[in-house]
This record gives sequence, C-alpha cells and structure tokens, in this order.
Amino acid sequence: MTEHILEMRGISKTFPGVKALSDVNLAVSRGEVHAICGENGAGKSTLMKVLSGVYPHGTYDGDISFDGEAVSFKDIKDSEHSGIVIIHQELALSPYLSVAENIFLGNERSSRGFIDWNETNVEAAKLLKRVGLTLNPVVRAGDIGVGKQQLVEIAKALSKNVKLLILDEPTAALNDEDSAHLLGLVKGLRDEGVTSIIISHKLNEIRAIADSVTILRDGRTIETLSLHDGSVTEDRIIKGMVGRELKNRYPERTPSIGAEILRVEDWTVHHPQEHSRVVVDRANLSVRAGEIVGIAGLMGAGRTELAMSIFGRSYGSNITGKLYKGGKEISVRTVSEAIRHGIAYATEDRKRYGLNLLDDIKRNISGAALGKLARRGWVDSGREAVVAGGYRTSMNIKAPSVTSVTGKLSGGNQQKVVLSKWMFADPDVLILDEPTRGIDVGAKYEIYTIINSLAAQGKAVVVISSELPELLGICDRIYTLAEGSITAEVPIGEATPELLMQHMTKEKD
Amino acid sequence: MASTLTDAALKPAAPTLTDAGRFLASRLRQIGIFVALLVIVTLFQLLTAGKLLQPDNVSNIIVQNSYILLLAIGMVMIIVAGHIDLSVGSVAAFVGAMSGIMIQDWNMPWWLAFTASLVIGGLVGAWQGFWVAYMGIPAFIVTLAGMLVFRGLTQITLENRRITGFPAEYRQLGGGFLFPGLFPADTNILDWTTVGLGLLAAGLLIGSQLRGRATRAKLKLDDEPMAWFATKLAFGAVVILGLTYLLASSRSGTPIVLVVLGLLVVTYSAVMGNSVFGRHIYARGGNLQAAQLSGVNTKKIDFYLFVNMGVLAALAGLIFTGRLNSAGPGAGNLFELDAIAAAFIGGAAVTGGVGTVIGAITGGLIMGVLNNGMSLLGVGSDYQQFIKGMVLLLAVGFDVFNKRRASSALK
Repeated sequence: MTEHILEMRGISKTFPGVKALSDVNLAVSRGEVHAICGENGAGKSTLMKVLSGVYPHGTYDGDISFDGEAVSFKDIKDSEHSGIVIIHQELALSPYLSVAENIFLGNERSSRGFIDWNETNVEAAKLLKRVGLTLNPVVRAGDIGVGKQQLVEIAKALSKNVKLLILDEPTAALNDEDSAHLLGLVKGLRDEGVTSIIISHKLNEIRAIADSVTILRDGRTIETLSLHDGSVTEDRIIKGMVGRELKNRYPERTPSIGAEILRVEDWTVHHPQEHSRVVVDRANLSVRAGEIVGIAGLMGAGRTELAMSIFGRSYGSNITGKLYKGGKEISVRTVSEAIRHGIAYATEDRKRYGLNLLDDIKRNISGAALGKLARRGWVDSGREAVVAGGYRTSMNIKAPSVTSVTGKLSGGNQQKVVLSKWMFADPDVLILDEPTRGIDVGAKYEIYTIINSLAAQGKAVVVISSELPELLGICDRIYTLAEGSITAEVPIGEATPELLMQHMTKEKD
Repeated sequence: MASTLTDAALKPAAPTLTDAGRFLASRLRQIGIFVALLVIVTLFQLLTAGKLLQPDNVSNIIVQNSYILLLAIGMVMIIVAGHIDLSVGSVAAFVGAMSGIMIQDWNMPWWLAFTASLVIGGLVGAWQGFWVAYMGIPAFIVTLAGMLVFRGLTQITLENRRITGFPAEYRQLGGGFLFPGLFPADTNILDWTTVGLGLLAAGLLIGSQLRGRATRAKLKLDDEPMAWFATKLAFGAVVILGLTYLLASSRSGTPIVLVVLGLLVVTYSAVMGNSVFGRHIYARGGNLQAAQLSGVNTKKIDFYLFVNMGVLAALAGLIFTGRLNSAGPGAGNLFELDAIAAAFIGGAAVTGGVGTVIGAITGGLIMGVLNNGMSLLGVGSDYQQFIKGMVLLLAVGFDVFNKRRASSALK
C-alpha cells in the first residue's frame, strides 16, 4: 500500500436546502494521477472547493489530512501555502497583464516593494520551459490561445512549489492537440513527483493518464478503482456514474403527440468572440406538439449554446442553418422575433439571465409579454396583479404576495416564477434549460408536473438536463449532444443511462 | 408640490402583517425619505424661528429649485436604467444660449423659440443616446464629453457675451405666477386661484387613491391595511392643503413653474410605474441580460431615455434663463451634480434598477430646504457645501447599510 498524500474522511457539506456532499471519502496516493468522475452535480467541484479552502474549515463536516498532517484551511491562500493548487475550469488569468506578471501574481519577485523585472521574466521563462511552452514571458496573457493559457496556469502553479495539482475539466475548452500536450505534461509532472487530481468527463482521457479513479454520485463516494491492470473499462466507469435506481420520482403521464411544431436543420453556431471555433456543428432536431424532447450532453457539449442560438440568436456568431415552424421556414434574428414566433427559452442561470431580482414577482411574470397587459403603452397593473396571483396559486409559488421581491425567494420558487413568465407569454415551443438545477426533490416533482401539463396543452417542450434519470423520467425522445454535434436520437423505449452516456462521451472522428 | 404624494401612495401594496411594529419597520425604507424631509423642514423651521415656512420663502424655495427638480426627474430615469448623465448642466446652458440667440438675434417670437429649444434639447439627447445605445460607449464617458462639448458650444454661441432683456412671456415660465389679479384685490384675503388649484389637486389625489383601492378590492387583490392607507392619504392631503394655504397667502400666488413641475411629476411617475416604456427601464437596469432574453429592445430604451433627458434639460435651461432674464456662458454649472445627488438621496441605486420619480423630487427638496435654511441662518457657502456633501454620503450610506442588513438577514 502506497503512502497517501491526501486523505479526506467523512466530508459532508450542506447548502440551504441541499445536501451537496454526504460522508465523502477520498484517498490520493503520493505521486499518482487521480481522476474524479461523476455526473454534473455529483459534488466534484464542491469537494474540490472544500479541499482548497474556498469553503473554509468549519463550514463542512469531516477531516482532511495532507502530507501526513491534519489541515484546516481558512482560504485558498492557506491551501496554496501547503502546496495545493487548483486550476479552475474558467481560467483566472488577467488578460491585460503579461504572462510573467500572471505567473507571479500575488507572489511577486520583488525586493523592498519594487518588482525585480529581470528575475520575474527569467524565472517565468524557466517555468514556461518546464511546461513545454516557448513563449516570450512579456506577451500579454490575453493574446495567447486557450491551450497556452491553460499551460501558463500550470506554470503559475509550479511557481508556488505545488505538491498537489487539481485540474478541473482542464481539456474542456481545448482542441485535441492542446489536450494531448496538456495530458502529457500532467504525466511528466507525475514523474517529477507532483501528485495531480483531474476532474474530467472525458473517459478516454482518464483511462489514458489516470492511475486511479474515484466515482462520485449524488454527493457520495461510490467507489475508487485502480486503472493499472486495465480491467476497468469505460463502461464500468459509466455504470458507476449513473447506476442509481430510479424510484417513483416522476409523475405519471400519457403522451398524446401531434404534428411537428419546430424543426432545426443544419444548425451551425460559432463562438461569439472566436469566430472560427465551432460550438454547434450541423445540428438537426425536431419536436412535435405535446411531446417532451430531451437534450442530453455533458458540460461544454454546447447544449445551452444550441438553445440560445435558436432563441433569437442570443448566443454565438456566424449562425447558419434553417428553422421551420409548423413546416414553414421562419427567420428569427432577435429575441422579440423568437417570442413572436412562439418560441420561449427558460434559462439555466435564472439569477443572471432569467429574473430581475430587484423587482417583484408580478413584474417578473409579466416581463416577457407585457404587451398582453397593456393598451397604447399603458400597463393595466390591476390585471397584471390578477394574472400573477393566478400563477402564484396554480404554480404554488411560495411567497407572501405577488409583490414579494424575487431575489428573496428560494431557487425552486424562482424557477416557478421564470416558468410562469414564459407560460404567460403562451409560446408553442418551450425550451427549458436545466429546469430543476439547484432545486430540492419536492420542488422538482412539482416542476415535472408543470412540464407534463404544458405538454398536455399541446405545447412542444424541449428539456435540457445534465441529469440522465430526469430525462429518462420525463421525456418521449432524447437527443445526445457531444462536442457540439448531435450524436444520437434515442426513443425513450430504447434509452438507458449507459447508452446515453456512451453517445454523450463520443469523440469526434 | 401639488401632487407629489400621488405616486407614493400608488406604490405596490405589501403583505398584510399582523405585527404593527414590524409593518412600520418594513415601510420605513419606503417612507424614510419623506420622514427625512419632514424632519429637516421641522428642524429649520425651529432654527430659523419660523422664517423657513414664511409664505414668500416657500414660494422662493420652489422657484429656486424648480430646474434642479426637473432635471432630477430625467436623471433618476437614466440612473434606474443603469446610466448617468453628466452633461445636463451644459446642455441647459447651451439651450438657454440658443434661445437667446433665436429671440434677440433672429427675432423669433417667444413661442417659436421655446419649441425650437425643446427640439434642440431632443437632438442633443439623440446625439448622446446614439453613442450610448448604438455605439456601446459608457454613458459616463459620452456625457462627460458632452459636458465639455456643450459648455464649449455655449461659449461659442454666445461669443462670450451675456444675452439679457428677454420678452416678458419668456420670463413667465421661470419667474411668473398664475393669473395674478384675476380676482379683484379687495377680495384677496387669499389668492383664490391657488386655493382652487390646491383643492383640485387634493381632490384628485383622494379620488384617484380611493378609486385605485376600490379596483384592487374588486379584483380581490391583497391591499395594505385601511389604517395605513388612510394615514398616508390624510398626510398627502394635509401637505397639499398646507402648501396651498402658504402659497395662497404669499405675495403672488402659484408660481407657473410649480404647475409645470407638478404635471411633469404626475406624468413621469405614471410613465415609470405604469407604462411599458417605464417597466422596460426598470427591467433594463435591474438585469440587462434577463431583459434582453425577455425580448426587451434595450438599445431603443437607452436611446429614448437620453432624448427625454435632453428635452428636460432644455426645459430646465429655458426656466433658468427666464428666471434670471439672462443667458450666460457659465449658466447651469454643476446642475448635473445636484440632480444626481437628488436622485441618489431619493433612494436610486448606483447599479440601476431601483429609484422613483417621487423619491428623486423629495431628495431634491431635501437639498433645496437645506440650502435655503442654511442661507436664512447665515451659514456661509463653504459650510453649506460641506454639509450637503455629508448629507449625500450619509443618505446613500444609510440606504446601503439597510440593504446589506436586509440581505444578510436572509442568509
């Protein structure tokens, strides 16, 4: 048995209303690459935040010992001091500072308060060489590609004498060549004695570089597998990730499916800033009246991007492809055109994109279809309150009144306000992006019931979700999305978590 | 301020709480600004031994601050949308100067010059709105540039002279009174025009409030407790009638500018509270992305907000020029800062999304009463500036503190 550099024992972390981690155990051996796998929301990021001190000691239960000592980190600086460095999915480089300045940010090479620029640049060049970058350290960080930025982050970690490097989805935004380079580097660091934890959805990558893998599901440790003997297949890992039993968590429904309402053909979307990067690649899909269609895909697969680009081009650039509504081609260049054509999109990030948190329930509900309550530009506030009151009752929004400010509601009730807003707009097609994210189980059931009743009214519903059981529980048909392409269309009768996960992790040829 | 309380009472009703103390506490933020004004008025009334509320002084306060209050209306709308306008003082000066040129050099009739001035204001606003809305330049920069550009244009237009001798009709807007001598002098114990207007305003307030409450009751909507509603309404009526009495016993009756201001306050309160345009302003300021994803054309909103501000700045310029009977190169200096201060004291949020017309007007009145009261006490302008600055800081600080306490109580 090798020595453990890190042991996390019995870690539990509760957020208001949600138990994110319960009794999680993680043991990482010195000098290995340890992968952590799990569906979105399984608790991987929370666990890493506990480890790195983002959630300080005292806000969770359980103990951590690192390098043979019990540790209790107060913040990130504390954990970095011990040699634990986390590299987040969203890169944290300052685009206007040079690469060298970024590497030594917060850790400047200086004497008596003055920066020693020569030492800064020379040391930075050495670190860059270690990560295999031949780059002038005075170049601005914003001017280099994402792949190189990722390597600069690692160089920055190395400058802090890292003992344990945590990489959160390091290759999610990288192309194959950059990914291969990065993974090679992680292997090289292992040979130099740096232990790494890598969080990834890409199972082939895990199999290629990790020594062992810990699988999390629903905030619990499921198992830790050694990858040395080659007996652990990708299917085996998938089974661990999804293998939860499906209880009766979904309301009964008898679908009555009518004619096609929306069809998307050859839909291609490029990144809004990097115009050459393809985010959605020739997607084809359709949905019919009364049908609930799921879109399954891992983080970064382009689900939200696909949905938002359809919804009045609110995401992306150089969008090509065709939209058909009821068989007729339509042009949807703005959000208001989309709403006029009866398309609605309820966002996954309701706080940022869905609600005016400063305003009350009724004004949020009327927000997307204020015209229905207005005559000659003047809003009938009495009728507005009546309408909102109706939704408060029918959707069971728990708030003292429709004049309660939405910022003070719980996640589930906020989501009901967002859904009410779009129901009031009365669309034919409703795209729901992660409709149950951050919502507790009871409220989830209510949301599913609402989705079912929308379908029963003859609306076409598209549900985007990271939770496979949810899609399997409520959909009639599921599309899988991987790296911007639709990789499969699976009727519900044939869908299993394993099959979907296979298509979701499919690599591009 | 014939109708200032109309809108306060129109604010959405909150849930009925059994505990009266908690109820009042929850309302404190909503009414805090009115209480503050009341406290300041009382304080200076005592300190000045009753000089503050002398009829002629009250009339003076209104006329003196009218253009700032008017600018504060447009400014609070801009601030609610999440922008700022630093150029309004310069724009007011520029329009004042242009009106002088039109009347004195081009011999235009006063009414044509008025109309043309408002159009110029609108065009100036369109120019700034274009840069903010369609070019995506932050309003701070656009209007900082505008502050310099229009101050420069004022001086260029005037060729560094001062235009005076405006026609009497022009001067009415800034310094005139409503129908003086309509009634024979021997019947004038009070100015009957003012009394009539005051009664009308109080009647309209009470009528509209009762009608609103009846509608809400008919729709079976939650409403505030009757006692609270009645107190608020009585308070509003008392303020209007008190003001009416003071103005009616002043030398000249109702200032014309008060009527203009009253109409604008009522109109813009309605626009902000009940029009689609107003709702979209709050939506834009509260969460830009959410507004866009709800199909709100936020660029159009931004553009027209600045057009509106330009027209209001033009009107302020006309009032100011008329009152002083002079258009000079330094006119309107620092107006923008007074208007911005009024909006923030009145509860507008720096980040946008929050603020009301009536709050901004009350904030402007607080500044106005402070100015006037301190002048009556013979406080030098050095101390006046210091005190006004501290009031602004503390008012906004109090608001921020309150919000933080409210949000941390939720966690």
